[in-house]
Amino acid sequence: MRKFLTVAVVVAVAACGAEEAETPDTLRLMAHDSFAGSVSEETFAGFTESTGIGVEMIAAGDAGSMVNQAALSKDNPLADVMFGVDDTFLSRAIDEEIFAEYRSGLLGEIDDQFVPDTDLVTPIDYGDVCINYDKSWFAEAGTTVPTELDQLRDPALAGMLTVEHPATSSPGLAFLLATIDEYGEDGWLEFWSDLKAGGVGVVPDWDTAYYSDFTPYGGDSPMVVSYASSPPAEVVFASEPIDEAPTGVVAAGCYRQVEYAGVLAGTDYPQAAGELIDYMLSVGFQETVPLTWFVFPVNEGAELPPEFVEHTTIPTDPARLDPATIAENRDRWIDEWVGVMEG
Amino acid sequence: MRPIRWGQVLVAAVPALFIGYFFLYPLIRILTLGLSELNVGFDGVEARLFHIGWFTVWQAVLSTVLTVVAAAPMTWAVSQFEFRGRKLATALVTVPFVLPTVVVGAAFVALGWRNSVGAILVAHIFFNIAVVVRTVGALWSRLDPDLHDAGRVLGASEWQVFRTITLPLLRPAIAAASAIVFLFTFTSFGVVLILGGFRYATLEVEIYRQAVTLFDLPLAAALAVVQLVGVTATLYAYSRYQERHTSTWALRAEADRPNPRGRARFLVGASVIGTLIALSIPVVVLVARSLRGVAYAGLFRDDPVVGTPIASIGNSLRFAVIASVLAVLVGVMASSVITGSRGTISRWFDLTLMLPLGTSAVTIGFGFIVALGEPVDLRASFWLIPIAHALVAIPFVVRSTVPTLRSIPTETREAARVLGASPGRVWREIDLPIVTRAALVGAAFAFVISLGEFGATSFIARPNTATMPVMIVRLLSRPGSASFAMALALAVILAGMTAMIVLWIDRLQFGEIGTF
Repeated sequence: MRKFLTVAVVVAVAACGAEEAETPDTLRLMAHDSFAGSVSEETFAGFTESTGIGVEMIAAGDAGSMVNQAALSKDNPLADVMFGVDDTFLSRAIDEEIFAEYRSGLLGEIDDQFVPDTDLVTPIDYGDVCINYDKSWFAEAGTTVPTELDQLRDPALAGMLTVEHPATSSPGLAFLLATIDEYGEDGWLEFWSDLKAGGVGVVPDWDTAYYSDFTPYGGDSPMVVSYASSPPAEVVFASEPIDEAPTGVVAAGCYRQVEYAGVLAGTDYPQAAGELIDYMLSVGFQETVPLTWFVFPVNEGAELPPEFVEHTTIPTDPARLDPATIAENRDRWIDEWVGVMEG
Repeated sequence: MRPIRWGQVLVAAVPALFIGYFFLYPLIRILTLGLSELNVGFDGVEARLFHIGWFTVWQAVLSTVLTVVAAAPMTWAVSQFEFRGRKLATALVTVPFVLPTVVVGAAFVALGWRNSVGAILVAHIFFNIAVVVRTVGALWSRLDPDLHDAGRVLGASEWQVFRTITLPLLRPAIAAASAIVFLFTFTSFGVVLILGGFRYATLEVEIYRQAVTLFDLPLAAALAVVQLVGVTATLYAYSRYQERHTSTWALRAEADRPNPRGRARFLVGASVIGTLIALSIPVVVLVARSLRGVAYAGLFRDDPVVGTPIASIGNSLRFAVIASVLAVLVGVMASSVITGSRGTISRWFDLTLMLPLGTSAVTIGFGFIVALGEPVDLRASFWLIPIAHALVAIPFVVRSTVPTLRSIPTETREAARVLGASPGRVWREIDLPIVTRAALVGAAFAFVISLGEFGATSFIARPNTATMPVMIVRLLSRPGSASFAMALALAVILAGMTAMIVLWIDRLQFGEIGTF
């Protein structure tokens, strides 16, 4: 019995000691499912090698669900670092005070367009939501691929497009924001009512749009709202090796989504958490980003893999809206959109 | 004064603590948190919410009735007759139950069935038909055939016998199956989103929208309460009904079924083949689309992004074994408490165990976050996933064991007592052999529920473990012809595994099933 007690005391002391140490054995990284799902043992091996700290992934549903979970657990946080908040959820995350400030020394390597005016979050990657088109369909039909959003007002073209519902889909909301950026508060609903008149398709989520409605997969729509990185993914994940992507990007009406990481307030290891964010910003990690998550690195020093250079077009002037504006107006915009599209 | 029977206390405490700590406590915590910030006065949303509530109810009622009707021929055939492939047919009916909604949704969309209430109803029948076939079939196969024969001898037609003898005796099982189908369709989420075309929303969809997309936790909590009230009222009505209609006689051990002859042979063939063909239409679409390219071979290769897809089978099986063991242990204990006591306590205990089926996944997931951080931090732990699966599976174990336990005549137990058997021995010698078969039906469901991993887990913070449905969704959420074909191929494997596992569980026979 005494021996047992001694062991228990030693274990208890060791446990307390560990809690106070500056460097933990592992850091917990909370992310949305699509990021967590592609994390392998190698993803953070470099970080563990240089710091001795392991990384434990926590998958937390979609981005909205994740922000909610972090807000509900802010007094006793589920993790030390959170990754995957984008501009559409950033205001909410900041209002809930789930993040602690951290300013990475690597911010100098990042294009200014990505750096937010707060130290609460650090940009890690970006992706452009763009209309994709079926190259062979357009070639066979002899139809010209649109180069501007306005061309979609032509009923013939509008009927060839399928979009995702902005209330249930993140690319759907991004495309809606792109139209608001393009036409402003006064004109965007008119644009959508023209699309509706032309017979635009609306589906709940990306996989229905892409795998059920897009012509390369047997659907009726030669254009769907997807990502600028989708054509490279078509090449990488083709059944038979192909030299050219079967799909292309319409480089107009794109919306740029930036994803951020932040140190969660209440973590016991703010310093180590900051180091993890630095690691995610480092060139080594950033170069793995395109082929793992099919998004683009924010670090200007990171080189793109050849698939991303050859098979896509990075839009030169994508739309972006201020997170506060999005937070303030999103519900109203979606309601108005629903009013036009379902009315 | 009667001495305290510690065995009985333990048997009651385990399920009470399980459901209390992993369901009621998180539920109460999240609802009080949400409601504490509720501003009374929904400006103009009442009409919309009323509309949603009304749709939620009528589609669930209609789905339930249609599912029971659609399942009737198959249930009759597999419970009343012996024929080649009977067990295989029963196992195949279970396959739709486990298929991920996204995959079935894609198959329905490919068939052009979408943007309508019709598509929602057909999908609900497709997913839930197994609940009726298995629950009602288990009781029907044990009805004493002498009653039927006596009716026929006395001159009643086959239809009269069914209407006046068989149907009334089957009522407890039909009610049980209907209650479960109602709860599933009442809380329908993915099917409504994918196939409804936005004109339709259930309370479940609206709770998700309010909580996750619009961050209106108070309104979401208020809606969750409305949903809970609806579910509780339904379950209360159901349990009252059950009490009035439970028969404790006319059962026999499952014995030899006759081979169908003459007209019956034709009807059995038509019922089984017809049902299987109808159910296989979406599955055939799935299989056909999975055969493109190198889908199946690709599952065995190491994918730089998602790992080796086939490895997800091991993860799924591990969760499914833990979840079904938990569900059977807790469920059988709960059933013996429910049948061992009478009146209010028994009724509310039973009802509470069913509640997780009718509670929105978002509410449970967020409840875990606020409630399970202390004293031991179970949030984001490995165990929370099989526990969540077990919460959904326990009602199946309870629903399949309670009717059987209730049907054991009290005199049989009393006789054993008089003859000097202890309560434990009475249970072991009388209840256990009879309940085993029913518990196996529940176990099969628990296993399959965990394999199919219902939406509940997508709102739980959890370790990064790729189960089969998770892997399917991952592959489906990236572009590329190989991704798509591999996702469907994995879904086909999941369907095949389900059929084999159910077949295997059905074949297991534990000990002798007592006759009485």
